[in-house]
Amino acid sequence: MHFSIQNILFLLVAVAGFGLFAWQARKIRANILVGRDRDMSGHTSERLWKTLLVAFGQQKMFKRLTPAILHLIVYVGFIVINIEVLEIMVDGLFGTHRFLQFLGPLYSALTGTNEVLGALVVLAVVAFWWRRNVGVVRRFTGPELRAWPKLDANVILYVEVILMVALFLMNSADLKLHQLEGKNLPGAFPISQFLTGLLPDSLTALVVLERVGWWAHIVGILLFLNYLPSSKHFHIIMAFPNVFYSRLVPQGQFSNVDSITHEVKAMMDPSYQVPAPATNPDGSAAAPTPFGAKDVDDLAWTNLLNAYSCTECGRCTSVCPANLTGKLLSPRKIIMDTRDRVEEKYNSPLIFHPSLYGPEAKHTPQEQFDKENHTLLRGYVTPEELWACTTCNACVEACPVNINPLESIIEMRRFLVLEESAAPNSLNVMFSNIENNGAPWAFSPSDRFNWADDLFVAKK
Amino acid sequence: MAEQTAKRPVSVPLMADLAARGESPEVLFWVGCAGAFDDRYKRVTRAFVRILEHVGVSYAVLGMEESCTGDPAKRAGNEFLFQMQAMTNIATLNGYGIKKVVTACPHCFNTIKNEYPALGGEYEVIHHSTFLQQLINEGRVTAKGGESFKGRRITFHDSCYLGRANNIYEAPREVLEVLDADLLEMKRCKTNGLCCGAGGAQMWKEPEPGKKDVNIERAEEALATLDGDAGVLLNLQGVESTAPVLPAGSNRGGSVIAVACPFCMTMMADGVKNKDREQDVQVFDLAELIASAEGLNA
Repeated sequence: MHFSIQNILFLLVAVAGFGLFAWQARKIRANILVGRDRDMSGHTSERLWKTLLVAFGQQKMFKRLTPAILHLIVYVGFIVINIEVLEIMVDGLFGTHRFLQFLGPLYSALTGTNEVLGALVVLAVVAFWWRRNVGVVRRFTGPELRAWPKLDANVILYVEVILMVALFLMNSADLKLHQLEGKNLPGAFPISQFLTGLLPDSLTALVVLERVGWWAHIVGILLFLNYLPSSKHFHIIMAFPNVFYSRLVPQGQFSNVDSITHEVKAMMDPSYQVPAPATNPDGSAAAPTPFGAKDVDDLAWTNLLNAYSCTECGRCTSVCPANLTGKLLSPRKIIMDTRDRVEEKYNSPLIFHPSLYGPEAKHTPQEQFDKENHTLLRGYVTPEELWACTTCNACVEACPVNINPLESIIEMRRFLVLEESAAPNSLNVMFSNIENNGAPWAFSPSDRFNWADDLFVAKK
Repeated sequence: MAEQTAKRPVSVPLMADLAARGESPEVLFWVGCAGAFDDRYKRVTRAFVRILEHVGVSYAVLGMEESCTGDPAKRAGNEFLFQMQAMTNIATLNGYGIKKVVTACPHCFNTIKNEYPALGGEYEVIHHSTFLQQLINEGRVTAKGGESFKGRRITFHDSCYLGRANNIYEAPREVLEVLDADLLEMKRCKTNGLCCGAGGAQMWKEPEPGKKDVNIERAEEALATLDGDAGVLLNLQGVESTAPVLPAGSNRGGSVIAVACPFCMTMMADGVKNKDREQDVQVFDLAELIASAEGLNA
């Protein structure tokens, strides 16, 4: 061990990096919990199994093979290379050098796998960049992917390349240093062994380069960690709780609003006891919660968790029948709006605040922006978007991390209809037909059985 | 068939009459508003009743006691109206002690199966595609003795509320298998099936401004699938799989877009009409196809 000033410096950097992240994570946790309470307890084994399949196993990614393979490379690379980050942390704190080398052949396997994955990650990232900027996959376009979200997607790719370059710089300098000193470097370096020729032959320069690579890799990771809360890349963490807490019931099942159930039961049965309304801690009656959602705090906390798990891949929007046929609705935009709005109204993480993005980054066209009603509904999401939804569940089915845009859409429709009576007129006609005739069309209930008139069946 | 088929009149049993006699049916057929009022879908209701009569299932309908399940109100955000409808219907169903419900409407199916239990209505609910599949598996329906679909092209349009909403993808396909037709899958099928455009209460309103109506987009895909039109199929958006499977030879006419939902029926039929293809492509419900293959129409 060579304990030095570097170790103290590293300790400070690491504490600052993780501390800052914890501070940001607390703000986000608070943001998610402004959502309405919703009991998601129970069914733990079923939820764990689903998390294993969908989040760890990337099950839903494999509906589209090319991006699934590219993503798998980066995902596995991320997990395996993080084992090496563990080593870097220990080396950094205690002045050891490649402390995992006691693993022997296993260490060679680990470092070798790391190098191969590192190279594959670079290739995959280049392919991702191409798909996003040159080949232009349709779902990477759209009005909500301008300004910050567009830049963010590319920043992630650039950072990943920088991190891999740092890893290779560290390994190849270390390898060449050992070769020049006639020593054997533990581990296997199938990629770096070809890179040593690119490095200078001076021992001092190599020592410096190895340190530069080492520091760049670990500081880069800590910076990236603190970038996550402002980025769509946060999905690498949030995907897991989001899948865990996603719905287990059939996709067609919409929630029944409990407060309405009590009212309807009381109407049908006068002896029905409606539960006492909620009270504040001081005993006064709590303000009644509105039906449906006008703003982010009217949504359930799981809907807000959804917003922080979105990686803006656009699979939802790419299969949305309304969006495919040119309507304004884009499920991805509704999820992105939710995250922007919750950060505007409550805590924003340290680095980026939605108001800093500038008006050009707003997902709602300026002319439709309703400044009077600066809430999620109307301030961000227009009724026109909400009414274009066919509730077909294609977006829900398509999301690789089980985000449910449909729930938020229905909650906002409920607010429009039940609090504002602001349904399109044709739907109001349908409602009154149901109320008066028991059918959504204007037919007389007494004609309901006419279909059975003059009915014959062939005798067989 | 040249000779005049012998036929018998059907008196559809009403639940109220059965209850008055102290009887209870094996299954209650929930007709639904479209099945009762929509002229096109009434033919599906009648076809399904012919099948029930033919196999001798003990069934009944509510007749005028039936009311909208509340599905369109709920999808449009009117939860209050939905629950009023739901609780009225649950009171009727529970009053008759109903245990098992079959319906030809995926929206009624989804609502009664998934959303009624929490409001006090717990029944075994099955969609008519599953019901027909069971009759076929039991050998009670053979799809022989009537119209032949052999060699004709059929493509099945997944209803969202049957497929993604309730994971029923195979039952309607197995029903169609028995017809011995050329079954063709659209590129956007099963979990990736494209909505007809009517769900979520869209059936009762004009679409928002856009480039195209959803049912036209879907009808174009269905027609291109039946025609083997590679150009259209390769340019579809929102597709996960790659190359389409093209049928051999040209479309000889008499092709069918099969549906299992009253709203899909309306939307697909309108789409086919819009494309001026009514003369060689027809839209049928599963029950109609089975009833005519079994020779039950009279």
